[in-house]
Amino acid sequence: MSALAALARLEAVDARRAVPIATVRHCHLADAPLVLIPLRLAGEAAAPLAVMLGTDRADPTLLAVPQPRNRDLRFAFAAELAKVVLEHVEASRGAAEELPPAKDGTERVRYTEAPQVIVPNTGGVAFLRLLGRSTRFRSTEGPHAVEPSVPALGRWATWFAERHDRPGSSLLLAATEALRLHWATGQSALEDGNLAALLGWIDPPDGLDGPAAAARAEDPVRCPPAGPATDPTFDNEVLAPAVAAYDATDGDPRAEERVRAALAGQLTPTWDLVWHAMDLLRALPEGASVPRRWERDRDAFTLFHQTFAEGVPQARRDTAVAAARRLHALERAQDAYDAQRAFDDPLVMAEHRLNGQAFGGVVTEADPTRLDESGKRPKLRPRVRVATEDPVRLDAGTAVCSAERPALKGRIVEYGTGGVLVELTGGLGRKLVPEPGTVPAPGDRVCFTSLTDASFGPARFPEREDTPWTHGGPPAEYVPSDADAAEEWS
Amino acid sequence: MTDTAPALDRLRAGAPPRNHDARTIAALTANPGCARRGLLDAAGVDKDAVARHLGFGTPFGQSQFAITRGNAFEAQVKADGCAELLALLRDRLGLDVGEVGYDDLDDEGGREFRHARTRKLLARALDDAQGTLFDHPLLRLDIGGTPAYLEPDVIAFQLAGRFHVVEIKSFAVVDGQAEPEQVAAAARQAAVYVLALRELVADLGHDPQRVSHEVFLVCPENFSNRPSATPLDVRPQLAVLRRQLDRLTRVDAILNGLPPDLSFALDDGLGAAVRTVEARYAPDCAAGCELAYFCRDEARACGATGALGRGVRDDLGGVDTVEAALDLARGAADPPAELAETAALLRTAARLRAEALGGAA
Repeated sequence: MSALAALARLEAVDARRAVPIATVRHCHLADAPLVLIPLRLAGEAAAPLAVMLGTDRADPTLLAVPQPRNRDLRFAFAAELAKVVLEHVEASRGAAEELPPAKDGTERVRYTEAPQVIVPNTGGVAFLRLLGRSTRFRSTEGPHAVEPSVPALGRWATWFAERHDRPGSSLLLAATEALRLHWATGQSALEDGNLAALLGWIDPPDGLDGPAAAARAEDPVRCPPAGPATDPTFDNEVLAPAVAAYDATDGDPRAEERVRAALAGQLTPTWDLVWHAMDLLRALPEGASVPRRWERDRDAFTLFHQTFAEGVPQARRDTAVAAARRLHALERAQDAYDAQRAFDDPLVMAEHRLNGQAFGGVVTEADPTRLDESGKRPKLRPRVRVATEDPVRLDAGTAVCSAERPALKGRIVEYGTGGVLVELTGGLGRKLVPEPGTVPAPGDRVCFTSLTDASFGPARFPEREDTPWTHGGPPAEYVPSDADAAEEWS
Repeated sequence: MTDTAPALDRLRAGAPPRNHDARTIAALTANPGCARRGLLDAAGVDKDAVARHLGFGTPFGQSQFAITRGNAFEAQVKADGCAELLALLRDRLGLDVGEVGYDDLDDEGGREFRHARTRKLLARALDDAQGTLFDHPLLRLDIGGTPAYLEPDVIAFQLAGRFHVVEIKSFAVVDGQAEPEQVAAAARQAAVYVLALRELVADLGHDPQRVSHEVFLVCPENFSNRPSATPLDVRPQLAVLRRQLDRLTRVDAILNGLPPDLSFALDDGLGAAVRTVEARYAPDCAAGCELAYFCRDEARACGATGALGRGVRDDLGGVDTVEAALDLARGAADPPAELAETAALLRTAARLRAEALGGAA
């Protein structure tokens, strides 16, 4: 949080509806994402109760476990879910486009599309992670055999959840997080976790304002929770009797239908909300660097998809080297994501201007043809003075670039009452006179920042077989065991 | 009994004091700055009834699926004289638990009797240092001058001369990790038991340090019903708890500033009476206080920035109301000297937002 974000919340309180905190959309939205809303049995870590999912708003699929404590029914559910998810993965990969070979000559391909999954909230992400953990180690043969699709689902669910950890990835989105990235409400972050309340602030129904719509959304009867936890009253008064009837009738189809109908009633409102959330996000223009980040997502997807057959389930816990690699990759991704969003969106850049890491204003003087002749050869070093009211906290000598055109580079010469004097050093063309239009002219509005789009370089880590003794030495290879396959899931 | 007791009794308007349990005592440590909560808790007012009467009742219910699972797991761990628990402590944690006696204190008598029996058996165990498990013991802790009976589902056993509290919870520990909030809540509750047990041990003339600050958290492992045990150090929770309980007995400071005839009787004057005592609402109150929705409504009605989250209030340099902060941002108010910096920050923020939104905002 920052003063800027806090101010946006105050404005929302005052306006009685949410206010924008972004001018462009910072996440990718696929043409046909898989919306997936899980419900979990209360009191259990990851016992699925039901999932409503599909890529067509008008035609959701409901998968339900009529007796959630029955292990066979649970695995049958996992197999059904696997079928839908794996079909979505295969259907949304597009063609494989050939890329120029890598430096070491290996061939590179990238799928033109990638599967996207949307869950209502971060609880949905956590559920997918646990579902992945509870299914990916299952064996497809031997005494505890399950459908081959079940462990495959586990590996994909784990992969999606891990991609969600990565800043800027859009493969698995939580609707609440995606909305919160673009709007600030007049309620607390805790209350924003309720998708219905959050949407109530952003787009209240006719006749209601934000607070009224949010208050209505907090009534679990009118707006069932978006999962994965269910409303305890629903559990006690509707679900439990329906499950008991299913048990009493030995799995009578009518009793099963009763459980399904009850669960559908809980899921349908959230289904509509998630699609509504996507409509709102889709209406925003896409940020300039969103396609580039989606390309990274497609790279990751291509790699995982192409090595899936020879791969093994993701480890329960990372080994030392893998953990260090992952952390490093996440930090780099965060760094790049923060910078990219700022360059894409003046409202995000405003945060940095408020922090003094960027400044904007009007050019008051410009010397576009200034040459620096102190060295052996003259260099083109135009100077511009920018009048700014921003609280600049950049020292002389700091390298900066233009927010509108990051290729235009420079450094701060001095900062005083007349504004900031910037000497331009790059992005001007190759000649000793600048290319037309590269140097801002007096009267132009400009914004310079010390942020850079290029993140810090990749670090080198030892191979897993060279793990130093300080970190436990080389880890053992993963060998599937019967214990994995037999692990209880109750 | 403290000398504030008559005043506190009057606040309840004749209603019996609400019984605390480990969960409600642990919840006392949340939001210590809230005078309203401090006073109502010290007086043992039934906050749930108060909230309901005011039209802000919260369904704090629990799903029967969760209750069933919790009970089944506890029963399994404790079956056959806690056989599974013992095996767990011996084999998994490699503890040298010797031959143990097992005493189930559940079967007889009322609370006083059970507490007396717990006390007697504990005294004997302290003297002969035998390894002993107590099932369903009943402990007692003074909360603001009123004794609260605590019923640990928990068992104390003796290891190298020290008692340990065992807390059985039914949330899963998957690959050595559990949800942090649930672990934190379990640690706070266990700390209440440790404190109560220490008071009892001290009362019996022994060193309270014979009750260890290390408790054992027993949870289902991964997705199974198999229990796993994890040692948990609850010293931080103990320190917070002790501080809060001391504070509860010093409610006279709060009482002094209140009208002498104040009472929280469930009548038409209840809303006004509750409002007389200042609250400090924060969004996370909803997790542990029955009055949270009432206080939220009140905080929102007067435009308190705290209702948006502690972080927001801090980012606003501690400005209390939305209106005041917006006035500062718009330059409408001449800020006092101590708010000059905040005002400048907010004004810049407002200008930057308006500029980025194309003058629309």
